[in-house]
Amino acid sequence: MDPLEIARWQFGITTVYHFLMVPLTIGLGLTVAVLQSVWLRTGNEHWLRMTKFWGKLFLINFVMGVATGIVQEFQFGMAWSEYSRFVGDVFGAPLAMEALLAFFVESTFLGLWIFGWKKLPAKLHLATIWLAALASILSAYFILVANSWMQHPVGTEIINGRAVMTDPWAVFTNNTALVTFPHTIFGAFAVAGGFLLGISWFHLYRRRRDGIDTVGADGKVIVGEDLSKGRNRDKTDHKVWLTSLRVGAVVALVSFTGVAFSGHEQAKLMFEQQPMKMAAAEAACHDGTGFSVLTIGDISKSGATGCDDIAFVFELPGLLSFLANGDFDTPVKGVNTLIPEYQQKYGTHYPNEPGYGEHAGQEINYVPVMEVTYWGFRLMITLGGLSAVAAGVALWLTRKGTVPANKWLSRLALLGIAAPFGANSFGWIFTELGRQPFVVAPNPQMGGVDQVFMYTAAAVSPSVSAGEMLFSLIALTLVYGVLLVVELVLLTRYIRGGVGSAMPELTKDDKRHPNDDHDPSDDGDVLAFAY
Amino acid sequence: MDWLPTLWFILIAVLWCGYLFLEGFDLGVGMLIGLGRADEKRKRVLLNTIGPVWDGNEVWLLTAGGATFAAFPHWYASLFSALYIPLVLVLLALIFRAVAFEYRGKATTLVTRRLWDLALGLGSLVAAFGVGAMLALTTTGLPLDANGDRVGGAFAWLNGYALLGGLAVVLFCLIHALAFLALKTDGPIRHAANRRFTRLVLPAVLPLLGWVLIVVSRSSSVAAWALTALAVGALLCSWLFAKAGREKLAFLGLGLMLLGGVAAIFTAAYPVVLPSSLDAAFNLTVHNASSTTSTLQLMSVVAAFGVPLVLAYQAWTYWVFRKRLREEHIPEPHAVLSVVD
Ligand code: HDD
Ligand code: HEM
Ligand code: HEM
Repeated sequence: MDPLEIARWQFGITTVYHFLMVPLTIGLGLTVAVLQSVWLRTGNEHWLRMTKFWGKLFLINFVMGVATGIVQEFQFGMAWSEYSRFVGDVFGAPLAMEALLAFFVESTFLGLWIFGWKKLPAKLHLATIWLAALASILSAYFILVANSWMQHPVGTEIINGRAVMTDPWAVFTNNTALVTFPHTIFGAFAVAGGFLLGISWFHLYRRRRDGIDTVGADGKVIVGEDLSKGRNRDKTDHKVWLTSLRVGAVVALVSFTGVAFSGHEQAKLMFEQQPMKMAAAEAACHDGTGFSVLTIGDISKSGATGCDDIAFVFELPGLLSFLANGDFDTPVKGVNTLIPEYQQKYGTHYPNEPGYGEHAGQEINYVPVMEVTYWGFRLMITLGGLSAVAAGVALWLTRKGTVPANKWLSRLALLGIAAPFGANSFGWIFTELGRQPFVVAPNPQMGGVDQVFMYTAAAVSPSVSAGEMLFSLIALTLVYGVLLVVELVLLTRYIRGGVGSAMPELTKDDKRHPNDDHDPSDDGDVLAFAY
Repeated sequence: MDWLPTLWFILIAVLWCGYLFLEGFDLGVGMLIGLGRADEKRKRVLLNTIGPVWDGNEVWLLTAGGATFAAFPHWYASLFSALYIPLVLVLLALIFRAVAFEYRGKATTLVTRRLWDLALGLGSLVAAFGVGAMLALTTTGLPLDANGDRVGGAFAWLNGYALLGGLAVVLFCLIHALAFLALKTDGPIRHAANRRFTRLVLPAVLPLLGWVLIVVSRSSSVAAWALTALAVGALLCSWLFAKAGREKLAFLGLGLMLLGGVAAIFTAAYPVVLPSSLDAAFNLTVHNASSTTSTLQLMSVVAAFGVPLVLAYQAWTYWVFRKRLREEHIPEPHAVLSVVD
């Protein structure tokens, strides 16, 4: 077996998995910080309850992000040692800065937030969650600088066969990074928005199903209470879910606008920087201006072996040019035009050197796997778009204070939580696979920097055997699989438990105001939020 | 700017010191919780002594890794790829450990709670052992060829030094955890910890001192010998202080021993960062494994600003949570309420 293939699967699986946790951490972190700020400002109890409930889910998810992130950090050296040697000078810097400037802040201040509820003055305690949340966004910036450099190397020259950073400023202000960053952050907020929306809908629906909230003749909600069995579904509870739902829906809508605009900027850059990725995103053989909405036929064969296989193309005329160029009639190059250009610039065969392993001397295939890029691109946009539409509909349906008592809508809302996660995964899969066969894609600009590129085939660790890679691939995949189930079970349990699951003091019989509650076991306020 | 790689060599030594000092006790506490015999209440006291800080401590490891990548890409690439299998085990251990912290208290049955305890204990044990083995091998050498790639298959790294280093770090973590618990808890836990610390500290650090002596005796560095002497002196002081019931000083003494020992190892190894056991000509050194000046300059500016800042707010965190914990402080566990159905 080819160690390269295994290493790629492993990187893909572990990174996509890591990026299931990441957007929720980024999106929910800042959301919780805002909720807690509003609570401190207004003193209204439902904001506190929201802070605690969403904060609990945030923590359950956060720890999985941490656990899977460590794997990412080590993997470069373990499985991609040739890559690390070649790019370490440039690529290691943002990674090290991420750890030193972002991860330390994130982890330390989150510890303070979790355990500091009663130990820190209210404002200082609020500052800790803000710092943790902002640090997670900073960490995203650093890692995206690193990734963008692989998509579009800048500020670098080849000296003694290695990439050497000649202009740090250029690396950290790479235009690719500057558009990828907002796109990814907005994508993360789309996830948080959908999460708030779906879960709140579920709780509002349960209140209706159980006959707690009813709807009057004017269609407006009549909020009820159910305090039996310490359940605590009081009037404030209704406010918690309705406010969360509306916050979530607005966040989702704003985020979609954000990804659409930043995605458009990305497409323009991609057209200049990685034209083959653009063509692969369209499964476009010939030059053209239309955005294909649907291509029927054998996409995998188009381009490389002949475009006759494509049976049917439904195009929106001019849209592709608009995405790529900002106008409606500049043609975007197709695969057939691009292959000879790439071959002329970068050669037709891999060098016959030991570093290329089994691929030494073989022909280079410049076309990425088109099924994946084509559908990845469309699924990203579609899933994101669907959740934005759903958010708009939800806002309208809940304008009178509650959700329709419809079982199917509530299931759909829960299902809708998954869509933005999917959009994020497909976005990355598209971006990363569209870069193939390069691990560091060449910068088409002339003048030294065009020499800075690396084939994925040359990046893998030469001394690590297929057996070792297979061992880690299987072990990590199994463990990740198990942990995903564990996380989902826990999240579900706490979600179903509602606010009471994050604030046990609320469900005690002698209900007191949460601001002045003092647990007798909590002697001296040493621990307020213990493990 | 010839001194920049040397500066980064020192900085990486500092990061490893920070990691072993800080995560040392929480790895040890993890082993005690997961593999010891404490009852539930006591386990939760132990857990909460490190609850607010374990993640921050772990980032020292990430930063040491990241800094090695940025400042010495060849060191990072050779070491990590040569130790592929042990590092996979370390990663799995760290994953289980991290998740166990957060999820243990959320378990609803005794069996699942036991499983999380085991994950925490074994995770801490394997992580400590693996990191120890890796550090020992980076000072005693690996079979590397001219390109820095491992020769001899997946287990070519497995030798006595790896075992010694692993054992050294595991035992150090355990004893460091006892010193830490004597400092952070009150009541029976505190006294038991101090008693055991006094009894066990000298034998527990023998493997660590053995490793230091092996590396130092191979070099002719006077400074390394002086640092070794400092470490031994600090150790004896720590033991005497513990005997006298001076827990804070005992803890600091042990910490000083660690810093002295690690500093001695790095001083003796300099300028080699990763020796090749095949041919000294293939050794990775501070000079042939490092990044270029522009990267190191940039990173130095960042570190000059970042490291003191991290130290400051982490110190502040320990100050915020400075109170000793006792069993009475631990609130009743709350079951997750399925309020709705
Ligand atoms: C756009 C954002 C983003 C992307 C593309 C990545 N990560 Fe990540 N990572 C985060 C955003 C993030 C985060 C939001 O900051 C996390 C998620 C949960 C958390 O604790 O922090 C995190 C955690 C996290 C941790 C644990 C930090 C800790 O202990 O506190 C490490 C070591 C990494 N990541 C490393 C990586 C590497 C090497 C990546 C590249 C392959 C990577 N991450 C992709
Ligand atoms: C978190 C979001 C990310 C996702 C979901 C993602 C996804 C993927 C996938 C699916 C692959 C496999 C590609 C293939 O086999 O053809 C891959 C490869 C890779 N990615 Fe990413 N990636 C992400 C972020 C990053 C970042 C931030 C970096 C660097 C800082 C990075 C570096 C790499 C490397 C080195 C490879 C291996 C070489 C290759 O197969 O292309 N990725 N990634
Ligand atoms: C109108 C909608 C969108 C457009 C035009 C768009 C465009 C793009 C483009 C062109 C890329 C590739 C960048 C490159 O490889 O150079 C990309 C990547 C990506 N997209 Fe989108 N996108 C849209 C919607 C979304 C949505 C809704 C999400 C998630 C909620 C999302 C998440 C991502 C992610 C995570 C990546 C990979 C990281 C990156 O390169 O930024 N996108 N998008």
